[in-house]
Amino acid sequence: MARPTFFQKVKYEKELKRDLAAEVVATPGGEKIFSCLQCGTCGSACPVSVYMDYTPRKLIGMVREGFKQEVVTSFSIWLCASCYECTVRCPAGIRVTDVMYALKRIAIREGIYPRRFPVPVLAKEFIHMLKGTGRNNEFWLVLKVLLKTAPMKLLTSWPLGLRLWRRGRMCLSSTRIPRAANADLRRMLEAVEAASEKAPATLPIAAGMTHTPEVKKAA
Amino acid sequence: MAYTYFPGCCMHGFARHCQDSLYAVFGALGLELRELKDWNCCGATTYISVDEHQAIALAARNLALAEREGLEIVAPCTACYMILKKTKDYLARYPDLRAKIDSALATVGMRYEGKIEILHPLEIILRDVGVKGLKAKVKKPLRGWNVAPYYGCLIARPYPLSGGFTLEAFDAFIPALGANLVEFDLKDRCCGGSLTGTIEEVGHRLVYILLHQAKLARAHALVTVCPLCQLNLEAHQGKIKSRYGDDVTIPIPYFTQLIGMALGLSEKSLGLEKLLVPLNWSVGEKAFAAREPAAA
Repeated sequence: MARPTFFQKVKYEKELKRDLAAEVVATPGGEKIFSCLQCGTCGSACPVSVYMDYTPRKLIGMVREGFKQEVVTSFSIWLCASCYECTVRCPAGIRVTDVMYALKRIAIREGIYPRRFPVPVLAKEFIHMLKGTGRNNEFWLVLKVLLKTAPMKLLTSWPLGLRLWRRGRMCLSSTRIPRAANADLRRMLEAVEAASEKAPATLPIAAGMTHTPEVKKAA
Repeated sequence: MAYTYFPGCCMHGFARHCQDSLYAVFGALGLELRELKDWNCCGATTYISVDEHQAIALAARNLALAEREGLEIVAPCTACYMILKKTKDYLARYPDLRAKIDSALATVGMRYEGKIEILHPLEIILRDVGVKGLKAKVKKPLRGWNVAPYYGCLIARPYPLSGGFTLEAFDAFIPALGANLVEFDLKDRCCGGSLTGTIEEVGHRLVYILLHQAKLARAHALVTVCPLCQLNLEAHQGKIKSRYGDDVTIPIPYFTQLIGMALGLSEKSLGLEKLLVPLNWSVGEKAFAAREPAAA
């Protein structure tokens, strides 16, 4: 995990990745990052900001300026539990939680995370299970994630599993939706995927522009 | 009154007791739940970290299915509740996204119009039965019980509650059951969600803060409205005790379990025996006797 360094390396213009901001702006909820006034309300409202290497305010600042490496390797993006406290409090109307999701997506897509780090592994397993059965079964999901991230944790987790199982709160059988419905679901997801490939998220900011004024989208 | 019931995955898994009590209480209040046929997972807060548009398509399929039934949706899990509301909002606000989702739905012969309301069961109880109506149905008041309400993040954020409710108005259901309402300032603070499983050090800390505050406020029970918060607050109490050296054992009933108790429903139908930290009836009686010796 990247640790914050006290003396940041000076960035030269050509090292900055302007398309990062463009991608975030193209996400529903992220349009307004250029109106961020860097007040820090997001970080002070955030229940996990004390554990973050970069606070949400700083992350948004870095996204705008194109510090892609720092942003996608930061621990902060994985800490966000999506409680939306920042989103409801932001005076500029930035949906910070959605910005965090966008950053997680970029990191997962580009494979930038430690191999056994549970958050992205959980996300991938969750989706795999959902595409397979249409619903998610916590028992198998947790088991798979533990096996792939920290198998030794099974030694400390089994008592909880046993307690849940003895109270009839564990569903070991599959919880799939009917096959026809599942086939429909997969067809739908494929249609969305195909549409995304055909027309990737629009990039409203021209590369190389600095401090683009607020990007207005039709309301 | 009848509603379309969207259980969400957890109500069929680790939160069976929440579902049992929900059916029992809705039955006792004369409200009918009809489970949505062929529903799929709403995507929770996880799918969106990999693909946003697919995540919205998942929730949109559920909304489209529910529209065929034509009844309001009841979502007892606040994550499902928020995701469905968010999907409805985004599909109304972003025409490009709407077009993409509409064409995906069309490939399987479905349509979404955006007409259906999404409600939490507590909103339904307070709106359609009301505090007075609930009070009238109480058979075994929870006298002596100090109950702190915990709503979690997603029920009131980022979207306001449906029907013009506030979290303070929600609190009214506790005194209606005869219990004492404990002021709990952290009622909408994050319980950590999946962090308790992924980044334990942080997740446990968030849960610890909530449990510790509830203990300080002398609550006998911390009542939740979300099955995931319920599991989070309840399942990690042992680990938290050893990690922070503080005994935070406190029962975490789901709100319909508490309502059911006051309505005089059987413990079995409310799934009380499925709680990891048992709710002990005598606690309230003892507290009541200590406070008002003459009445006892």
